[in-house]
Amino acid sequence: MAASPEYLTGDSVVRGGAAGPTPDPHVTGEAAALVAVSAYGSSAVERRRRGGTPWRWVLGAILPAVLLALWWAASHLGWVPVFKLPTPESVVLAAVDLAQRGVLWEYIGISTQRVLLGFLIGSVVGLALGSLVGLSRLADSFLSPTIGAARAVPSLAWVPLLVLYLGFGEDSKVTLVAIGAVFPVYTTVAGALRHVDPHLVELGRAYGFHGLRLLSAVQLPAVIPAIVSGLRLALAQAWLFLVAAELLGSTMGLGFLLIESQNNGRIDRLFLAIIVLAVLGKITDTLVGLLERQLLKRWG
Amino acid sequence: MTLVDVSAAPALPVRISGVQRRFPAPDGGERVVLRDIDLDIRPGEIVALLGPSGCGKSTLLRLVSGLDRADGGEVTIGGTPVAPVDQRSAVAFQEPRLLPWRSIERNVELGLPRGTARQAGRARVGELLRLVQLGHATGLRPRQISGGMAQRASLARALARNPGVLLLDEPFGALDALTRLTMQDLLLEVHAAEPATIILVTHDVDEALQLADRIVLLGGEPGIPGATIRRVLEVGKKRPRDRGDAQLAILRTELLSLLGVETHHPEDYITKAIKAQRAKRLAEPAGPDA
Ligand SMILES: Nc1ncnc2c1ncn2[C@@H]1O[C@H](COP(=O)(O)OP(=O)(O)OP(=O)(O)O)[C@@H](O)[C@H]1O
Ligand SMILES: [Mg+2]
Repeated sequence: MAASPEYLTGDSVVRGGAAGPTPDPHVTGEAAALVAVSAYGSSAVERRRRGGTPWRWVLGAILPAVLLALWWAASHLGWVPVFKLPTPESVVLAAVDLAQRGVLWEYIGISTQRVLLGFLIGSVVGLALGSLVGLSRLADSFLSPTIGAARAVPSLAWVPLLVLYLGFGEDSKVTLVAIGAVFPVYTTVAGALRHVDPHLVELGRAYGFHGLRLLSAVQLPAVIPAIVSGLRLALAQAWLFLVAAELLGSTMGLGFLLIESQNNGRIDRLFLAIIVLAVLGKITDTLVGLLERQLLKRWG
Repeated sequence: MTLVDVSAAPALPVRISGVQRRFPAPDGGERVVLRDIDLDIRPGEIVALLGPSGCGKSTLLRLVSGLDRADGGEVTIGGTPVAPVDQRSAVAFQEPRLLPWRSIERNVELGLPRGTARQAGRARVGELLRLVQLGHATGLRPRQISGGMAQRASLARALARNPGVLLLDEPFGALDALTRLTMQDLLLEVHAAEPATIILVTHDVDEALQLADRIVLLGGEPGIPGATIRRVLEVGKKRPRDRGDAQLAILRTELLSLLGVETHHPEDYITKAIKAQRAKRLAEPAGPDA
């Protein structure tokens, strides 16, 4: 039921890229492992480990606070020159400035929209492909080498082609995000479906289920925990691919803010973009985490 | 007893002729598990399969259910060969096999014949759950109930189907002695109300004697690989049966000695009783109520 190891590493790469100074208490890899453990067993341990006890929040807030203090000290005491490290206040001011001009919300809005659209499309395609490959040995032999090769292509390599085919508009960006989201879902779903308890599948068949009805009655419910952890990985990938899409050829969005700030030497905005990406990534991940908890309560 | 009716299937005859089943052996060759199985089961008959662990009882049941195919010979239900996953029969597997994400009630619902009206289906499921003494546990998940409870849920699921042929693989194996007796009586009541042909695997000689019209003893013979039918015993007593019945006691002794179990009766008593019984059966072979 566990996500494939490639994705666990893939995920830590994502974390390294998208997470800013905020350390993530629910590293997604850990979540995947927990899902694997609690697939059928008691989820009490999980609940205790992830439960919202107040001191956990306090503990989780310590490191960001320390980092913030260090940042403040480093920029104000001149440990690092200001053109390399802006002061925290200047980043806040940059945020206020951009917000007043409406640009900040626009960028956040468009980036979030791209991520969610791409994530949605990629998840659906990944679910379909994963189901096909996980259930049919024929489809597995036929498709998985090609899909595996496509998965191996680094995200940036798609950009020129997508721009050529789909132009600079939304289509190319959403498509790239979707490409990023497809593979984690595909891999986890296909892998989990291959390992659904054969006893339960046989039971379903014995009671007259086959094809799509068997899939929806037995196989998909059995892999819900895997699907959810795949979705979580896919979301992280979606943000990663979003920045790749926006870095190269865009006029809006947080990736655009990054590249533009670099070109203008606006290090305060650069920091702002990174922090916003971290916060957005964390928020969406938390939302999927909540969904995960609900689903596991129902299906776990 | 009457149960909420769902498309009741009439009891169907089962014919097993010359059936053989081999499985690939770890050394690359093949291992014969079942051979030369011939058995004719009348519609509505209850047949108990008895035999040592690993002799192929579950395998035979799977062949009848259509979940597995014989390598030789043929199994027919109602005169036509079993289809892969034959819907004329319903199986209660040796393991409960409940879907962990469904409540007990929803698991039992799975057994209802397709196209059952919602209302009738619910009523029947509720009734069966009460009968298997799970009325209090309908909303629980499989992981929240005991092994014996899960097994009863699995039995209820098979009963929900109201099939022509009911295949029960050690349906009471995980139950305590008292619940087991209650469930045996329940099965007989359901059978009286909705007669299905029942093939029941059991390790419990008394259970076989209590429930079955015929007891089929599976086992190997020295020098020949694979298990086959060693003996078919006609119990031939009306149900419900007195658990202390003297004739049943003699059959029990015979079965236990065939299974190689030491009965601790005085030697001459056993031999005398069995010989008398055999002589009697030979004298009147067709008498079911002898
Ligand atoms: N799918 C399979 N592949 C290989 N061997 C099998 C398979 N299914 C059953 N066997 C073998 O067939 C033999 C009979 O198995 P089966 O499960 O029918 O025994 P059983 O009589 O039901 O035993 P028990 O009373 O312990 O349940 C066993 O030796 C088992 O190893
Ligand atoms: Mg068995």
